[in-house]
Amino acid sequence: MTKDPDAITDTVTEAELRAGHNLDHEVAKEDVIQLIGMNKWYGDFHVLRDINLNVHKGERIVICGPSGSGKSTMIRCINRLEEHQQGQIIVDGVELTNDLKNIDTIRREVGMCFQHFNLFPHLTILENCVLAPMWVRKEPRKVAEERAMHYLERVKIPEQANKYPGQLSGGQQQRVAIARSLCMEPKIMLFDEPTSALDPEMIKEVLDTMVQLAEEGMTMLCVTHEMGFAKTVADRVIFMADGQIIEQNEPHEFFNNPQEARTQDFLSQIIGH
Amino acid sequence: MGKYVEKEALPPPVSTTGPVAWVRQNLVSTPLNTVLTLFALYLIWELLPPILNWAFFEANFIGDDVSACSGAGACWVFIKTRLGFFTYGFYPDPERWRVDISFLLLALVIVPQFIKGFPYKAWIGVAGLTILPVIVGILLVGGMFGLNHVETHQWGGLMLTLVLSYVGIVAALPFGVILALGRRSEMPTVRLVCVAFIELWRGVPLISVLFMASVMLPLFLPEGWDFEKLLRALIGITMFQSAYMAEVIRGGLQAIPKGQFEAAAALGLGYWRSMGLIILPQALKLVIPGIVNTFIALFKDTTLVLIIGLLDILATVQSSIVDPKWGGVATEGYIFAAFCFWVFCFGMSRYSQALERKLHTGHKR
Ligand SMILES: Nc1ncnc2c1ncn2[C@@H]1O[C@H](COP(=O)(O)OP(=O)(O)O)[C@@H](O)[C@H]1O
Ligand SMILES: [Mg+2]
Repeated sequence: MTKDPDAITDTVTEAELRAGHNLDHEVAKEDVIQLIGMNKWYGDFHVLRDINLNVHKGERIVICGPSGSGKSTMIRCINRLEEHQQGQIIVDGVELTNDLKNIDTIRREVGMCFQHFNLFPHLTILENCVLAPMWVRKEPRKVAEERAMHYLERVKIPEQANKYPGQLSGGQQQRVAIARSLCMEPKIMLFDEPTSALDPEMIKEVLDTMVQLAEEGMTMLCVTHEMGFAKTVADRVIFMADGQIIEQNEPHEFFNNPQEARTQDFLSQIIGH
Repeated sequence: MGKYVEKEALPPPVSTTGPVAWVRQNLVSTPLNTVLTLFALYLIWELLPPILNWAFFEANFIGDDVSACSGAGACWVFIKTRLGFFTYGFYPDPERWRVDISFLLLALVIVPQFIKGFPYKAWIGVAGLTILPVIVGILLVGGMFGLNHVETHQWGGLMLTLVLSYVGIVAALPFGVILALGRRSEMPTVRLVCVAFIELWRGVPLISVLFMASVMLPLFLPEGWDFEKLLRALIGITMFQSAYMAEVIRGGLQAIPKGQFEAAAALGLGYWRSMGLIILPQALKLVIPGIVNTFIALFKDTTLVLIIGLLDILATVQSSIVDPKWGGVATEGYIFAAFCFWVFCFGMSRYSQALERKLHTGHKR
């Protein structure tokens, strides 16, 4: 099946209506992330152009596209690491505005993993994991530590708990970063090229962790060029170029039957060597 | 066809450990090195015996006045008899136990910091930065709890040096942190105020700050607003040093990768928690050498209070060596003052090195 551009536009209009009137509670609950007519500029540079995107609860989305197309910027807008200038971003029913309270609420619901892990080097793995639960969610240390160990076991590195990030390999660090985000029990996870800073032999261990997370029903937005991952777990693949969403489709159609010339170009480059 | 010739086995490798190897590697590794080593040995041979003779073998330690000094060596009797003045200044004799207790408290806070694994070390340190100044302040000033009031113009010597530098150090660090954060703030007014403050204080010499504080300020202050000269000097020194401290700390803040700020924000930590838990611990650790450098500079700069009439340890020494009763004891006096400064500065330097090693978790690959 092919989604034509009109169908996408229709969803958007629906979303806009819902956001505007907030009548249809059930559907509104379904969409955990709504980007509505979002635009962003860096000075004069129009980096995101009229982005419309709805993400359902439990949906797994892979975002790909050439370097500099605005993929990172888009997902970073979702937890307000970047500020958008036009349009609406609604996460779990809360609109992102300059209201600091809303930003706090949304950041508690949204976890993020970065290309360069960004673990806190002066804290042990366990301390990295308990820090936010203790200081943001005000949990007692014991509770936070138990949960941290639980997630460290899930990413298969509980034995490293008392080491410092600098003592771990890149793949292990990225898995710790995932565990650290999960310790806040987020509803949504954002991944910004989580494997592109890793040596090839470590990519699989991180992807395995992400697949496991996907199978558990986490809502995920992943910027990645790991097309194998996209094929196995994604519900939808989005292709971006020049700050726009050019094409989106479920993975089988996206890879076998890309509609836009730019998508075809891109795919032939990354798959066809 | 050539005949196989057994080669002679290679000699064992030259030893790379032990004193002989050390000498070989460090002292005579090249011809130039050997010449330098010989020259240094010659200097030591020529200079060390007369220095030792003067300072110890021919020096006078026993006695009460100038008649006890032979003149062949150092007259340490001078230091001994004046030690009270060098330590307490004009602090009244019967009250000097209060200063002694203050020294003791300071030692009780500082010594554990040098001992590995001392129990509650961190808490002792925190107490030293918070409660200690208050207790010592009450103890030294008096006027309450049945303690006689001692005017601050009677303070002097080592005690005054330590009060000035301790308060300066304890206050300049937090001020510096706040100024550094303010200078990087996203709020234009905050940034402007901090930049103006830092540039103002860094732009003037400490001498003129102290001079302003003691001579000019009273002219501008309304009548009855006059407060202690010591307090004014303390404020001047603190402001001055916190401007320097701010720039040192800003250097550390700038070295922290953007990803650390982003990861902290993404986890939902607000500004103050990100700074306090993630950014500052890393930034301060990076600039420990710079911070200690500023502390050492501050410690030595306290001697400048001489120009506003406060007698720190150097000033007490200087005013004693001009005493006609003791002719020609300037060398002994200055060596003593230099030694006191050196002990404290060297202590700070060693402590910072130990702290750096302890906090090192980088394990860079
Ligand atoms: N802070 C910034 N200031 C100015 N331009 C930026 C900034 N961050 C990113 N850009 C530009 O925005 C574009 C999109 O960047 P990015 O979202 O990182 O792309 P992608 O993740 O798809 O590679 C790039 O052209 C980049 O140069
Ligand atoms: Mg990117």
